Order: sequence, then C-alpha cells, then structure tokens
Amino acid sequence: MTDLRFRTYTGVSKVVGPLMVLDGVEGIGYGEIAEITLPGGEVRIGQVLETTTTRAMVQVFRGTRDLDTEKTQVRFRGEPMKISLSSDMLGRTFDGSARPIDGGGPVIPECIRDIYGSPINPAAREHPRDSIQTGISSIDGMNTLVRGQKLPIFSGAGLPHNLLASQIARQAKVTGQAEKFAVVFAAMGITYEESAFFIREFEESGALERTVLFLNLADDPAIERIITPRLALTTAEYLAFDKGMHVLVVLTDLTNYCEALREIAAAREEVPGRRGYPGYIYTDLASLYERAGRIRGREGSITQIPILTMPDDDITHPVPDLTGYITEGQIVLSRDLHRKGIYPPVDVLPCLSRLMQGGIGPGRTRADHAEVKNQLYSAYARGIRLKSLVAVMGEEGLTSLDRLYIRFCDRFENDFIRQASYEDRSFDDTLTLAWDLLSILPKAELKRISPDFIKMYYHGEEILECKGP
Amino acid sequence: MRVGKAMEKRKHDEKDTMGEKNGVIIRVTGPVVEAEGMAGSRMYESVRVGNAGLIGEIIILEGDRATIQVYEETIGVTPGEPVVRTYLPLSVELGPGLIGTMYDGIQRPLEEILKNNGDMIERGSSAPALDRTKKYRFYPLAKSGDTVREGDRIGCVRESVSVNHYILIPPGLSGTLHFIAEQGEYVITDTIAILDTGEEKKELTMIQRWPVRDPRPVRERLDPIEPLLTGQRIIDTLFPLARGGTAAIPGPFGSGKTVVQQQLAKWVNAEIIIYIGCGERGNEMADVLEQFPTLKDPRTGHALSSRMVLIANTSNMPVAAREASVYTGITIAEYYRDMGYHVALMADSTSRWAEAMREISGRLEEMPGEEGYPAYLSSRLADFYERAGRVSLLGSGDHEGSISVIGAVSPPGGDFSEPVTQNTLRIVKVFWALDADLAYQRHFPAINWLMSYSLYSPIAGIWWEEHIGPDFIRMKQEMMEILQRENELEEIIRLVGPETLPESDRLLLLKAEILRESYLMQYAFDEFDTFTGPKKQYRMLKAIFTFFSQAERALETGISVSRLRGLPVIESFARMGTASPEEEDPLFESIARDTDAIRDLKEVL
Ligand SMILES: Nc1ncnc2c1ncn2[C@@H]1O[C@H](COP(=O)(O)OP(=O)(O)OP(=O)(O)O)[C@@H](O)[C@H]1O
Ligand SMILES: [Mg+2]
Repeated sequence: MTDLRFRTYTGVSKVVGPLMVLDGVEGIGYGEIAEITLPGGEVRIGQVLETTTTRAMVQVFRGTRDLDTEKTQVRFRGEPMKISLSSDMLGRTFDGSARPIDGGGPVIPECIRDIYGSPINPAAREHPRDSIQTGISSIDGMNTLVRGQKLPIFSGAGLPHNLLASQIARQAKVTGQAEKFAVVFAAMGITYEESAFFIREFEESGALERTVLFLNLADDPAIERIITPRLALTTAEYLAFDKGMHVLVVLTDLTNYCEALREIAAAREEVPGRRGYPGYIYTDLASLYERAGRIRGREGSITQIPILTMPDDDITHPVPDLTGYITEGQIVLSRDLHRKGIYPPVDVLPCLSRLMQGGIGPGRTRADHAEVKNQLYSAYARGIRLKSLVAVMGEEGLTSLDRLYIRFCDRFENDFIRQASYEDRSFDDTLTLAWDLLSILPKAELKRISPDFIKMYYHGEEILECKGP
Repeated sequence: MRVGKAMEKRKHDEKDTMGEKNGVIIRVTGPVVEAEGMAGSRMYESVRVGNAGLIGEIIILEGDRATIQVYEETIGVTPGEPVVRTYLPLSVELGPGLIGTMYDGIQRPLEEILKNNGDMIERGSSAPALDRTKKYRFYPLAKSGDTVREGDRIGCVRESVSVNHYILIPPGLSGTLHFIAEQGEYVITDTIAILDTGEEKKELTMIQRWPVRDPRPVRERLDPIEPLLTGQRIIDTLFPLARGGTAAIPGPFGSGKTVVQQQLAKWVNAEIIIYIGCGERGNEMADVLEQFPTLKDPRTGHALSSRMVLIANTSNMPVAAREASVYTGITIAEYYRDMGYHVALMADSTSRWAEAMREISGRLEEMPGEEGYPAYLSSRLADFYERAGRVSLLGSGDHEGSISVIGAVSPPGGDFSEPVTQNTLRIVKVFWALDADLAYQRHFPAINWLMSYSLYSPIAGIWWEEHIGPDFIRMKQEMMEILQRENELEEIIRLVGPETLPESDRLLLLKAEILRESYLMQYAFDEFDTFTGPKKQYRMLKAIFTFFSQAERALETGISVSRLRGLPVIESFARMGTASPEEEDPLFESIARDTDAIRDLKEVL
C-alpha cells in the first residue's frame, strides 16, 4: 500500500445530498473508507462509490449536514469498512455504525473483518434441515422455520409484527437440543418506542445477555442504514461460524434500508428502476439475505428474520417483491385478520416456507405433517372462496358440504391461527389441533392425506357419506 | 464462424507484432472499470484487471479507452493499476471432466475453489476448469492417415457411468491424421492426435476452448419432431415441450419455477442436463448438489449427477459473472450436442441475467430502454434461445443432436407485461404461466391451464397417438374444453349463485374438479407422484374419461350429480398419481369396477 492512500485532503469540491466529491486526489481505491473531519471537529465515516485518476465520490454515512467545501478534511484509509469483533459483544448495545452506546467501553477485538464479507461458496453450504419450533401454529404447522433459513415477515404499518418477531425469538427451540444460541438485532429507522419494546422483551425472556443490538433509530442518519445490517451480519457470521453459535438475526425495517439506497441513487442521478428504486436493489438485498445459512462441517448457523412493512399493504411493491424473490419464503400479516382481533394475524395463503419440506416428517416433526399441511391449505383456500361467494349472495345456494368448509374456515382462523402471545404450542399440539379441524370435513374430502394417516388420526363423523341405493 | 482457429492465430500474430501491452485504470464504479492505453484491444477480449488480476471482459471500445466489466468484487481496485490483455475472448474450457462439476458463471470449479480457498469465495480465487491430473481411458475411433474434417469423432473416453465423451475435430479444422494415440490412459493435456491441415501439423489434446458468446457451428438446423417427455402430467399432456424446443416459465416468487425446473432436470428424457442457477439462492444449489448424486435416473439407473453440469452463480456472487453464466452454460450444452447428445438446459432465472445486463448498462450510462433495460435486451434474449434447437451436426455421418432450453422468468410483482417476460414470449414456443392463486391453494404445479400454451402440441399429439394410445388427442381436447367451460361457469356462479345451474353443468364442474385435483395437480415431493410416464398418463386419462361417459349416461337416467360426487371412485382418482407400480394395477382395476357399477345405480325417488 502506498503512502499516497493515507494522504489527507482539505476541501471538498461538491456536496449533493448524502454524497461529496473530491477533486485533485490520487490513488483512491473503489470502496475504501474515508474519515471526514468536519470544521467543528466531528468525525464521520464515508465510503468511495466511484473513483477516477483525480476524483473520488464518497457517500457519507452519518449525513453531509454541516460539511463545508473549504475546511472539511478527508483522510482515506486505504481499506474497506471493517468491524472489530469479539464474543464480548453479546449483551452490548451499539449505534448503527457499531459504536457502543451503552456506556461500556470499546470492544477489545478478537478479530477485525470486512463488513461486506465474501459470498459463501455454494459448494460449502449445507442444506438446512433442523426445524425450529416457534410454538406458533400458523408457522410451525403451515410454514415451518428451519435453522439457517431466511424467512421475512411482510407486515403493514400498525400490524403486530414486532410482537410476533419477539414471540418467535423467545420461543424458538430445536427439539432435543440445548445449544449455544445468540440473537443479533439490527434496527434501521424504527422508532425509539419500537426498539425499547424489543429490548424489554429480550430482557424479560432473559435473552438480553445473549443479544447484540445495533440501533439506527428513526432520528439517526438515513444513509447509515446501509451499513447497519452489514455490521450486524458480520457479527452474526463471527458468532455462528467462528464461535459455533446458532444465531437468530432480526433485521427491521428493510423498507427503511431500501429508502436509503434510493436516496443515494437519486443523488447520483442514476436511472431509476421500478418506483424510483435503483435497478441493482435485488443484488444489494441479496448481499444481505444470502448471508444466512449453514456451512458444512461448521457447528453454528445464521437464521434471518427480516421485517418489512409493505407500503399500502401492497405485496407487489418492490421491497417485499424483491425480498420474496430472494428469501426462502415469507410470513405475511393481514390487516383483515388483525381487524377481526386475531393474533397473530398470519395470512397463511400467501405465506411460504421453502425449506419446510426438508425439515418436517418422520424423525423430525411427524410423518403426517406434510400431508396435513397440504390438506389444511386446500381446505382453507376453499373455505375462503366460499366465504367470498356468501358475502355476495348469502348462504342459500350452499350445499351442506359447502357449509362444512365454511365452518372449517372459521374454526381454522379462531382456533388454529389465533393464539396468545405467550402461548407456546408444540409441534404435536399443532398437529393434533389440525386433525380436530380436519375432522369437521367428511373423510372423503381429505384427498391429500393417505388412508393410513386418516385411519390413525381422523375422528370426524361421516355426515355426508352417500351410499348406493 | 470459424472462431476457434481465427482466435488462436490472432493471439499469435498480435503478440508477435505488438508485444505485451498493458492499459492503465482510470475509473472504477462497481463492477465497471475504465482503462486507457488499450488501443488494439478487441471487443469482448478477456483481460486481467488491477494488481489483484481480477477477471474482466471488454464491453466498450472508444479510441484507446476500454470499458471493462469485471467478474469479481472490485473493492480496493484503484486508478493507476494495470489492465493486462489476454488477447483471447472470454472462453470456456471444453473436454472430459465437465460432467458432475459445479462451476460459477465464468467456469471456475467451485469444489476446487472450496478445497483451495475455504468456505467463502475470496477474490482472485482460481483453479483450472478441468482436472489436468485425472487419467481417462482413450479409445481411438480413427486411424492415422484418415482424412477428417471438423466435427468428426476421432476418439472416445468414458467420462462417467452415463456419458461417453467423444473427442471431435474442433470446428474450423480439417486434414489428414498424421498420428493418433493408441488405446490407453491419458490426461486431457496429452497429445492424442496430430492433424496435418496442409498448412501445419497441429497437435490435438482432449481440451478445446470456445468463446462463450459465439454459437458453435452446425451443419443444418432442423425442426423438432418429437416431444421431450418430462413425466409432469400437465406439461406432457397439455403443454408439451419438444426435443430441441424452447420454453419459458414465468411466475411470481414462490409459484414453483424452481421446483418445475428441478423436476425437469430430474425426469426429462434428455441425455445431458445443464442446470444454471443464475442469480438465485445458495441453499437451492446446495439442495441440488445434495440430491442429484443420490437420485437415480429411471432410464439408466445411474445417478443424475453422472450426466449433469451445474452452473451456480448465486444472487450474492458478482453480477457480471451472472451475466456470463448463461453463455457459459449454453456453450457447454452445444459442446455435448456436437457429440450427438440430446441436451436439456435449465436457466433459473433469466430475469436475473437480464437484470445483470441492466445493472452493467446502468453503470455505462447507456440510453435506457423500457424499465431501464438496455435496448439490446430483446436481441440478447433472442440470440440465447436461438442456440437451442435440433440440428444436424458437422462431421461425416448423419449425426443429430439437440438442445432444449427452459428459462424461468421472474417478473416484478408477478406482472407478465414487463419487458423480460414479453420479449421472451416473442421467442419461445412454450409458455407455462405460473399462477399465484394456484400456488396459494397449494395446487402444484401452479401452471395456469387457461393462459399457458405450447406450439409443439401438434407434433406431440402425433407421437402420443403413434406410440401410446389412439384417442389421446380427443381426450386432451375434451379436457381443455371442460376446463374452459368450468371457467365460464364460475363466472356465472359468481353472478347468480350455484343453485340455478342445471345438472349437466354440475356434472361439468365435477369433471373439471376431477381433472384438476387428480390429474393436473402433481406433488413433486411424493415418491411416485413426482414422475408419471406416458403409459401411466394415458391410463389415468382413460380411467377418468371412461368414468365421464358413464356419468353422463347415469345423468340421463336421472341419477343426481351429488350422488355421483359421493361415489368412492372419486376418491380413488385422487390416489392414481401417488400409487406405486405395485398398487397401480389393483387401483385401476377397482376404478374400472366402480365405474362399471354406475350402470347399476337406480334413481332414488
Ligand atoms: N410441484 C410441486 N409440488 C409440491 N410443492 C411444490 C411444487 N411446486 C412448488 N412447490 C412449493 O412451492 C414452493 C416454491 O416453489 P419454488 O421455489 O419453485 O418457487 P419459485 O417460483 O422458484 O420462486 P422464486 O421466484 O422466489 O425463486 C416450494 O418450496 C414448494 O414448497
Ligand atoms: Mg426459484
């Protein structure tokens, strides 16, 4: 590395939004970190977004407020953004740039890592298979979460996603295994109140001393949100793959993160893609979400629960849409169910867990699990369809079978989906409940379940069976 | 067209006349680097960028300036660092050892990289694409003194239990064989033949290089004449693919594109499978890697991995290499086609490839077309699908080969009017439209039967009638009519309610329900339902349609549809797909008996 790189420059030629441009520089590397000293002495961190022989464009993470063009000093560090890591970070609270804000001292690093990481070699990945019991029927029964999965919660403003995420964090366990676990929590632009809620929840469940918090709150600089999740994920990778822990990463709110990306793109006058978001947002989100998983021959794992609020509850909005294209399924919350007073308001139809298949079945959950899930889905979908018919023209035209489906549908929402925020159901509880509901329907309707399981678990009355003459 | 030869020659000429000449980086922005001092470079020439020697490719030339897309992370690359020319276009290495290997988008072998560099892909990791140390038993198929031309088979090695790998005279070369190696063990870099071209005596090894963006030449393009069977009922029966055909499978996230692609990889009756994970999930590749070596191919009894090449450039791997991955895959496909194989290539997802183009184009500040995609999007898509097809091969003898291409498309918001879906539909002959509503109900494969189509239906129909059963086309047409009519009836029900429907319409609804739930729906994760051969498909159709005609007759004698609906045979239909080969006969016999018994139903008064 040449000395040139450590040269300090005074004066900036241009400041636009979150960006600043320096001219007359030399030998600045793409992606390297700049320390920016404001006229008042405050130091901020920035990163080079574009570099030419004589010019560098830098994004400033804590914003460009109070920068001036004359006295601002910029020192280029000659290396990309890094974070000091240590297992002593457990139980600590940091701001969105990883500076301690809990009054404790600085982290004594066990190692220092580049926050952008490197992609996991697909050949090194182990396909995740250990199902996590969250104690929530709509998840465990219908969309089982697996260790090493990335499963986001798609929510809307005012819906209880935080309550659900904290219930998952509190109740999550892998049956028969007591292992080292940790939680890494990254807040991006959420309110003080929301973050206080999480901290209280972690505290009450006793998880706080196994939690690392990175907080960029609503009144913190927006551009910092670009590095906050990366700091969190680099920490998670260290705890998981160096220290062998099972790490649950909660990232919230990804919609705010994407806003920050959009802001940078606008300042650079890039050609906007859908709804003003830059075209590379898929790749950028993938560089976060793909940092979940398991690695062959290593003990730990990273399970991600990103939370995002869908603007206008619109699942086709670019943020949920691109997320769904990258993550291994999604848990979708519904305003309708929430209005009906059902907690958790999980709209199971658009939900999905792509890793469920490998995580359930004999020896994992129960042999009938997959078929029961498929049957619940088809029955609930049919019930919902019938209910929308009834809404238009009343119950008159319905057959007695239709009525059973409607009854199934109501009980499914009220007994299966609905549960208390401290109710912790086992896989067995959930499946037993499922069979109670399926037994509302005539046996012949259970076309997705093999006769053996029906014999074993079905306990309904055969009201509808039509015999020959 | 004779790129191979021209390429070699150019390399020599230029190096001789100009000596080694390097450029200097003047600008870096993401995966795009500009350099000057590049006069004399060629478009699409491969270069090494910066002190780290990152792999890149020239994509714009202007005076002595070149714009380069870089296939690795560019963090730390600094203006002033050198760009070293290779005088070669971005190419792949072709030869024994491809089968069973997983490569990234620029053909770096990921298992090797894992061994050498650890679990994460660090920059500058590299390893030769083909193993230089492995010995193969070479069987000569020509004698010295033979006159040979491009495409001729001069030898063969057994690459895997399923694949005989023919060593061909590379495109652009012909002459007399001055020497050919005897049967024996050789590594791929050994000289196995010397070709006297008249101009020079050229040593041939088992390795060839080929520039990925150039199609490999063929003698003639032919029309597809037979279906590519997939074992997926809705595909084979209603929307068939052809050997040498092209298909697109668009759908919103979670609608089943990847599962369909994987099902096809497992079950199509092609001999070689090229599976490209283009900008998708790492865990999906891990899944393929774990499953495919243990999965037995029903025809050969050998593991699927013994006839498959995997390209994995996941969403978090460099975006320029994602752009290249599709070309790397199709070039390897063409290489096996040239040996006379039927190759099937799956690209999941072509939208990520298109987005990679958009991303690079954006960095170049090119004039954007629709939704920011570059104006050349449609021609790039067309050029890619154009490399599919059934062809007659170069070389003596009348050899044929084919490449069938199945591309997944991931439209934003599931909206098919977007540019990638629309431009793809203009090219491909089969359209499997995935439907979020079907997926929500867990009706899989969620292929919408009203929107999808296949232009290969006529040739497939002829094949079915010739090889499987004479009334296939009639049943298929009737099935489509029933499903169409069901859709119309549902509209009516939505308006006026179900009670006004006459019995004949109620029967139609019952028929449609049976077809949907017992035939079109097919559960990929069930041991037996996952694959249905053409004979069983026909048997299922026959059983269902026999029931249909009995039911119609019963209706005429006054039996109600709700009685028919309660018959046990309806439940038996739902078990046809999952029935094991042993259960099959008893099940179909019982269906036949129950269907027959409808005759004896009496009207209840
Ligand atoms: N034929 C099938 N049988 C059973 N389940 C299926 C089938 N097809 C799809 N699924 C279910 O749907 C889920 C999603 O399918 P898949 O991953 O193929 O979607 P996708 O269209 O590729 O989504 P994305 O665009 O996000 O990659 C699967 O994990 C599986 O649970
Ligand atoms: Mg997919």
